[in-house]
Parts: sequence; structure tokens; C-alpha cells
Amino acid sequence: MSEQHSTQSTPKIWPLHGGIHPPENKAQSLTLPLGEIPLPEYLVLPLQQHIGTAAEAVVKVGERVLAGQMIAAAKGLVSAPVHASTSGVVVAIEKRPIAHPSGLEDDCIVIETDARDEWIELVPCQDYTALTHEQLLEKIRNAGIAGMGGAGFPTAVKLNPRANQIIDTLIINGTECEPYITADDILMQTHAEDIIAGVQLLAHMLGQPRHLLIGIEDNKPEAIAAMEKAAAGTGICIRVFPTKYPSGGEKQLIQILTGKEVPHGGLPADIGIVCQNIGSTFAAWKAVRFGAPLTSRVTTVVGKALQTQRNITALLGTPIEHILRQHGFNPERCSRLVMGGPMMGFALPTTAAPVVKTTNCILAPTEAELPAPTPAQACIRCGMCAQACPANLLPQQLYWYSQAQDYDKLQAHDLFDCIECGACAYICPSNIPLVQYYRASKGQIRQQEADRQKADRSRQRFEFRKQRIDKAEAEKEAKRLARKRAAEKAREQQSTAETKPDPVAQAMARVKARHNSPEHSPQHQREKLERAVASAEDRLRNAREKEKEKGTVTNENHLSPIRFTIT
Amino acid sequence: MLEFLSQHALPAALVALGGLALVFGAVLGFAAVRFKVEGDPIVEQLDALLPQTQCGQCGYPGCRPYAQAIANGDAINKCPPGGQTTINAIAGLLDVEAPELDAEHGEEQAVQKVALIREAECIGCTKCIQACPVDAILGAAKQMHTVIADECTGCDLCVEPCPVDCIDMVARETTLKDWQWELPSPNGNLIATDRVQGAAA
Repeated sequence: MSEQHSTQSTPKIWPLHGGIHPPENKAQSLTLPLGEIPLPEYLVLPLQQHIGTAAEAVVKVGERVLAGQMIAAAKGLVSAPVHASTSGVVVAIEKRPIAHPSGLEDDCIVIETDARDEWIELVPCQDYTALTHEQLLEKIRNAGIAGMGGAGFPTAVKLNPRANQIIDTLIINGTECEPYITADDILMQTHAEDIIAGVQLLAHMLGQPRHLLIGIEDNKPEAIAAMEKAAAGTGICIRVFPTKYPSGGEKQLIQILTGKEVPHGGLPADIGIVCQNIGSTFAAWKAVRFGAPLTSRVTTVVGKALQTQRNITALLGTPIEHILRQHGFNPERCSRLVMGGPMMGFALPTTAAPVVKTTNCILAPTEAELPAPTPAQACIRCGMCAQACPANLLPQQLYWYSQAQDYDKLQAHDLFDCIECGACAYICPSNIPLVQYYRASKGQIRQQEADRQKADRSRQRFEFRKQRIDKAEAEKEAKRLARKRAAEKAREQQSTAETKPDPVAQAMARVKARHNSPEHSPQHQREKLERAVASAEDRLRNAREKEKEKGTVTNENHLSPIRFTIT
Repeated sequence: MLEFLSQHALPAALVALGGLALVFGAVLGFAAVRFKVEGDPIVEQLDALLPQTQCGQCGYPGCRPYAQAIANGDAINKCPPGGQTTINAIAGLLDVEAPELDAEHGEEQAVQKVALIREAECIGCTKCIQACPVDAILGAAKQMHTVIADECTGCDLCVEPCPVDCIDMVARETTLKDWQWELPSPNGNLIATDRVQGAAA
């Protein structure tokens, strides 16, 4: 198989299941060359213009910024920075309406332009082969490039495949299969050389894959001619294949050009393929060669409600109302304003929303061009949707299960492989808005999953709290028990202390015993004292006798016998 | 013995069947011991279906106790936060008829709520912190409290104990991250009938 598409002489195109052929409507925007519009008064730059984490503002209100200056830095791995598209003053960092089907507001940096368009100093690079893979990745990452075909996946992430993913095919997507849109077409016509240089750069970064393919639908003869001329002698193969919607879907294009299918839930890198958009390739080249960050993109401005229909190079952040004003927009004739194409685009809730990295088309059709959908009728089970589905799904079964909100069955029928191309809804004879059902069901399933995760977290927190309370309770109980035990022990000790000899008590007892002994009885005392009196009287008598013998009696009275009275 | 059995069919059948019964009984008995399941798996399954708001509106102190109660035969329609979806899921699990939500325990809320403390009015009494079943309120005594909105289940239990009534239950705002498309509304009768025209007139 790989042998077949390595030989450039007989390029093989593999068939794609399903698909539709809506009116192309590509001519009207190609009558005029790629145009420019005057600078708007304000630029509104959303912090999230890509898939992944929103960027983080690194400027303050009131700060003057230069064109190309990073005003919001990437946060995390899957993210992309935002740059000022022209010089001016940051006047607000606040929630502003953005281009989103919900009509919700999101954080934006608003720059009041000063018409001077002063650029920061760019660092060009003459020879990118002298740089390492990491340096090149860093350059592309810092340029804020995100998939410009519409999905907005950060380009640098795709260019850094995992070690186990050997890339053998690089596909550049110049299909642009959706009606009305010609942004990639005109870019290929005007910048073919730069795009080819960009392809060579990407090939260098991916380790020179064996096959370098640029897929273009056969309804762009001028772009094909320009690209073939630029690619001559480079080994890059321009693959032209019949126009069919939605050949430009990443997985669909891979299937057309290589015959391989991206596995369910997998990425193209899993089967050795990297797919990049024409606009992203061009932006990557500018970022590496000239050091220029992504500050503008080619956007198709089309629809019969406009006086001028053409492609313009729009600065990112340009309010859509400004673009419409420059193209003679007649709101009364416009049925609804669409960002993106008529198949996969969405109705803009407000014209204040700005152009972002993924804005490939602004469609202002009249009622005749894009009539309001007719009321849906019952499904007649004709099966035309299954024939049209490029992902080989069963749209009709998915529709029934969506109505029944049977999410298990929906997942079993691979709802998440649906690329929401709208081929089934386009072909449906009952005009059932099938894609709306799928989008809603996908949202419901994601919501359920999020709810389940939140419930699990709540359960954990609840159980942890219970555990904590139980533990605290147990500790309290243990303390209470310990106290009780201590008290019991003390009481026990007291009772044993009474039986044990205690020196103090012994001394006390001795004193007490002495007091209670017969020696201390009043009778004994009396005897003792009487004895003392008797001996004292004896001693007195002796003394008198001794005095008489000497014959010197001085005072008889003084020596009169002392009378003791003992009671 | 063998000869006797080969001669008489009925005792032979009885012996054979009895032998088989013994063998299988031994196998089953061994399996019951060897592969014994700890805990009650049905309670786990019920608990997984309940919304884990831990609000206690069912009359039990949390979702797991209610799951236990259901396993013991309590009614399955006492969970307003889970609503009819949860009732249907439990009915499916237990293979019973799904009843309507018991209005006695509250009504199903259309929008998810989240508690919000008016921080200027908070006196730092910690009563709400003690009431919160999922520890989603942050604060300390005499310090201002605040709700961790991502962890709040909207159970309402913190509102009542607040002595200064500074907690509001507000609807959770839709952000770009959780916004989703809605199912297309079915557009009634496409074909005008006499009945509809009569009703309109």
C-alpha cells in the first residue's frame, strides 16, 4: 500500500465512504484579489482562541503594546499565547462577547489601536536546520499558532509526537471542502512558495517523513497550478482528488490519501501521520523564518447580503461588525450571520465578536441563499443518512437513541466518532436537524461524565469527613476512658495507702500512743510531781541544817518552807 | 454392588443423581468460601447511582445511608436532587416499577444551586462549616468563611444554621466550559387537523 503512494507517477486516491455534493459557491469570493481593510478602532483579543487551556494575560490595562508583542502567555502544555495584532494601548481586560454559538462572554484583551503599527523587533532565522528540534518547537509555540482550519488545536503539540510514534507521512490539508470558503485557496494562489517552504520546515521537524502530501480538491485549479509549480523538484507530492464534502476532515483526508483509518479514540500520530492545515503551515513558516507571531489570517467574507465578497487578511481581534461595514453589509437582506461555512459553521449571536485564529469565513447569506430550515418531519427510515455518513456511522440509529436519551446505546454506536459534518442532515428528506441531536447528546454524555466525577469526589469528601468525625469522636471517647481509668487508679491507690506503713502516720501514731500511754495519765503525773516536791523539800531541809551548823541565819522568813499545792 | 446397580435402574439413577448432587454441593460450597464477597455489592451500586449531594432530604444522614436503607427495602423515590433520572436508574437496577418522586421530601430543582456566603455579613461562627457534609466551606472561628464553589453540592444544609442569614443558594452559572447544545424541540403537529383548528378558534 505504501509502495503505491510513494511513486509519484501513479498517485492513488482511496475512496471515501459517503459524502455529499452541495453547491460549491466558491466563485463569488474569488473574483477579487486578497484584500486588506482599514485598521479598526479597537481590537478584541480573546484569551482562548484554541483548544486547551486559555492563555493568561501578561499585560496591564493602560500599557502600550507593540504589534507582535505577546499579551497573553500560554498556560500548560496544550495552550497557545496571544499577541497584539497592531500597536496601541490596552484599554480593558474584561469579559466580551466572543464568536461562540452560546453567545456567552469570555475574557478578552481590548486594545485601542494607534494607527502607527509599530512592531516589536522580530528575530529572523536564515537557516532553520541549524536549530534544534526544541528551539524550532519553541518558536512555533511562542508564535501562538493553532490549527487554522477551524478546530484550533495548538500546532506545536502536533509537531512533537511521542517517541513511540514514528511519523512516516506528513499531510498538508488544502482541501477546503466546505462551500463558500476560499481562504486556503487564495493563500495557496498567492503564497505557494512560502507554503512549500513551510512544508519542508515541518518535514524537517518531524524527522523527514517518507511521504509529504498536499491534498487539494480538484475545484481549485489555480491553487493546484501554483502549488505544483512551487513544489517542483522538492519531493512534495500534490494530490488532487475529486471534490466531495467532507473530504477536508482530518480523518477523511487521511483515508483518501493513504487508505488508512485513524483508530477509534486515537490520533493520526498513532498510525504515523501528522496532518496540518495550509494556513497553519504558512504561519509556522513565518514564525520560524521571520520570527513573526500569528497576528492575522486570511478570512473569506462572503454572502449576497454584502456588496463586496472577497478574501481579506484580517488582523486577529478585528470586530466582525467592522469587517461587515467595510464590505457593505445589509442586515435587512441577511438571513443569519454565520461564522465558518454553511455546513459546520454556527450562527453568530452578535456582530461584536472578533475574528480569531479559527475564523476562516464570515458568511452573510440572504434568505434565498441559506433559507431557514424547514420544520422537521418524521424519520421515514430511508437510510440515506447512513449512505452519506463519511465516518461510517448509523445516523438514523443515533437519532433514535438521541431522542430516547439512551446514552449507553449512543456510545455503543460510536457517537463520538461523529465529526458533525452535517452530511446526514443535508441529505435527510425529512429535514431532521440530526447534527443538533448529536451535539446535544454529546454534551449530555460529557455532562453526565462530569457529574459522575463530581459525585465521586463528593462521596470521597463525605466519607472522609465522616471518618474524621468518627476519629475525633473515638479520640474523645479514648480520652474519656483514659481519664476514667486514671481516676479509678487513684482511688485504688488511696485505699491501698491506708494499709501500708507511712512514716508520717507512724510518727503521728507514736505521738498519739505516747499521749495515750499510762505514763501520761494525770495520776502518774501527780505521783511524779509529788516525788519532785518531796525531793525538793528534802534538799531544802538539808540546806537549813547546813546553815544552822554555820550559825548564820539571816532571814527566817525568806527560808520559810514553800508550800506546794498540787491539785 | 455394581452388579446390583447394573441390574436395577431405579437405585442406579438415585445413586448417580445423589453422587452428582454431592459433587456439585462440594464445588458450590468451596466457591462460596473461596469467592466470598465482602460487604453488600447492591449498596455500592445504589450508592453509585445516588447524586452524592449528601443533603439528607431523604431522611437519612447522607447518600450511603439511604443506599443502605433502599437495600433494606425503603422506598426509592425519596431523592429530590437525583430526580426522576435517579429513580429510573435505581428502578432499573432493582428491576422494579419506577415511581414518581415523593413530594414529601422536596421537589426536583431545574437548575443546580451553589451556596454563596455574603462575606461582609459573616461573623465567623463556624456553624455552617460544621453543617457542610462535604467540607466545602472554608474558614475558622471569628474568621470570614467562604464556599468552595466547585465542591459545593448545593445541599442547602448550611443555610439553616447560619445565625445571621448570610448564606444564599444561587443558581450555578453556565460557563463556556460547561455550555452545551440543546436537543431540538419537537415541533408538534405539522399537519393541521380539524381538532387543532377547532381548539384554536
